[in-house]
Amino acid sequence: MKYAILVNEGPYTHQAADTAYQFAKAALNKGHEIYRIFFYHSGVNNGTRFTSPPQDDRDLVQGWSHMAQENNIDMVVCVAAAQRRGIIDKDEANRHGKDCDNLAPGFRISGLGQLIEAAIQSDRLMVFGD
Amino acid sequence: MSEDMFEDDEYQGDIKKFMYVNRKAPYGTIYALESLEVVLIGAAFDQDVSLVFMDDGVYQLKKGQDTKATEMKNFSPTYRALEMYDVEKLYVSQDSMNERGLTEEDLIVPVELKSADQLAELMEQQDVILSF
Repeated sequence: MKYAILVNEGPYTHQAADTAYQFAKAALNKGHEIYRIFFYHSGVNNGTRFTSPPQDDRDLVQGWSHMAQENNIDMVVCVAAAQRRGIIDKDEANRHGKDCDNLAPGFRISGLGQLIEAAIQSDRLMVFGD
Repeated sequence: MSEDMFEDDEYQGDIKKFMYVNRKAPYGTIYALESLEVVLIGAAFDQDVSLVFMDDGVYQLKKGQDTKATEMKNFSPTYRALEMYDVEKLYVSQDSMNERGLTEEDLIVPVELKSADQLAELMEQQDVILSF
């Protein structure tokens, strides 16, 4: 099955982020395809490489990054939601005159159209949120 | 622009049934505002779109919202513009309205009131359900 996944909550705040991650991992292990993972609302906080959880806790951001890179998954952070919450890549940092960027490896920033397009192209859209 | 040209520009791919389920109060959290942003962007894809308002989500359509004192933007007029985006199927939970003492006259746009069973049936018919 071809899945699109929508993540609406941030890591270490809401179980939805972990559940989405575990679902994606399980789907890949079962041989399913993930067309895209889209991060919206506070879900964009899954995409900041500045996250530094305690050493005895899971590192969810790193988990997403590894998953994307190892399986070549398209992971998109919504630009409008990201701007409000301070998640930016190099281009956005330059455009808004910020002194650094924080987008984690494996993520890219794009628009909401990517969510709609993913829902159209996939067999199922799985929504993880509150 | 001639009508023929306009026809040629229309999206030719498969049309899916998209339902947006709005469950949260308009203020207090950002879900309602950001959900509306998805609906507006999604309208450009010419899909078969419907919106459901249930639980505290019915307050999103309440007339007379005044947000000045909280310094929040009152985005409720945007729901009146949905018609221009060809988003015309607005379903509201009759149960959620009753629980809150609201009637259709309290809402800023025309809607169709639906029972829980009718909403379940509509959800069953969808290809994509986005719940906010």
